Amino acid sequence: MAKRPLQEINAGSMADIAFLLLIFFLVTTTMSTNTGMQRKLPPIPEIDVEPPPVKERNVMVILVNKDNVIAIRGRPIALNNITEKAKIFFSNPNKSEDLPEFRFKDIPFFGNHPVSKGLVSLQTDRNTSYEKYLQVQNELVRAINELRDELSLKKFGMKFEDLDDDKQDAVGDAIPLAISEAEPRRMTGTGGN
Amino acid sequence: MAKFAKKGKTGTPAISTASLPDIVFMLLFFFMTVTTMKEVDLKIQVRNPKATEVKKLENKSLISYIYVGTPNKKYQAKYGKEAVIQLDDAFARVRDIGPYIAAQRAAMDAESRSKMTTALKIDKGTKMGIVTDIKQELRRAKALKITYTADKTSKEDFF
Repeated sequence: MAKRPLQEINAGSMADIAFLLLIFFLVTTTMSTNTGMQRKLPPIPEIDVEPPPVKERNVMVILVNKDNVIAIRGRPIALNNITEKAKIFFSNPNKSEDLPEFRFKDIPFFGNHPVSKGLVSLQTDRNTSYEKYLQVQNELVRAINELRDELSLKKFGMKFEDLDDDKQDAVGDAIPLAISEAEPRRMTGTGGN
Repeated sequence: MAKFAKKGKTGTPAISTASLPDIVFMLLFFFMTVTTMKEVDLKIQVRNPKATEVKKLENKSLISYIYVGTPNKKYQAKYGKEAVIQLDDAFARVRDIGPYIAAQRAAMDAESRSKMTTALKIDKGTKMGIVTDIKQELRRAKALKITYTADKTSKEDFF
C-alpha cells in the first residue's frame, strides 16, 4: 500500500487567532498597577474600658479644618513643614520637656533601645477634602520613613528598604508608625447604622 | 542562437507571512504579563490622589475594594452629584460595607483571612465625612488593614 505523505496543517489562520486573543486582552485588562498607602485602623474599644490617660507632651494633635487649613497644636502650619515638625516630635533630639518621653524596650539587634511614646492624632472636619487629608498622612509617613532610614543607616549602613525582614521589624519596633486613626470629633452616632 | 528563458511572472515575490503569528503571540504575551484584569466597571469617577510614600499592592486575591466618588453623568439623575460608594458593580450605602466585608472574608480560606486588606479607592475631591463613616464601619467589621490607593509621584511634583 502506498503511504500517503502527511498533509501539513495550514497555519495561515494562526495569526488571526492570535490577533483575536490579543484584542481580547487589550480590551479586558488595564495597564495601571495599584499603589497605595498602607495603614492600620485601631480596633473598636470595649465600651466599659476607659482609654489609658495620655500625657499632653506625648500627643501631637494635627487638625485639618473644613477650609483645609492645617494646624499643629493650635498653630497653623504649611504642608511642607509638617515632616520636619513630626521628625522633631518623634525623635525629641534635645530631650525637651514638652516633647514626648521615651520608654526603653528590648529590641533584637538594638538591645535596650529608647522608643518614643509620641503619638500623632490626625483630626479632620467632615468637610475636609480627602486629598488634603492624604497629603498630611503622606507627610507623617514620610517623617517616619526618614527617621527609619536614618536609624538603619547608622546601625546597619543600609537604607530601611534594603534591610532583610528581621532587621526591618527591629527598626520598625524602634520607630513605630504612631499615627492615630482615631474617631473624629462629633462622630458619635453617625456611623451609618 | 542564444536561448532566452521565457520569463514568467515578474514583480516582487509575496512577502512571507509565516512569522506573523509569532510576532502577534509575542505581543499577546507582553500584554498578558504587563496588564491586569479590570476589577469592576466603575460607575463613578475616581481620580487618584497623589502621594510619595506609597507601596505596591501585593496579593491581589486578598484585597477587597471600596470605591468612592461622584456618579458618572448618566447616573447623576438617580444618585445625585454627591460622592457615593460603589461595591463590586453596584452602588451601596455605608451600612452595606459590613455585610460586604463579611462576604469577602467568608470566601477566603482561614489562613489568609488575617491578611485581608481593604483598598479604599477614593476620589480626591471627596469630603472626609463619608470617608470617616466608611472607616468607622470597617472598624466595626474588624477589617483593620486598609490601604489608601494613591498614585506615586516625586517629591518635587508633590508640593
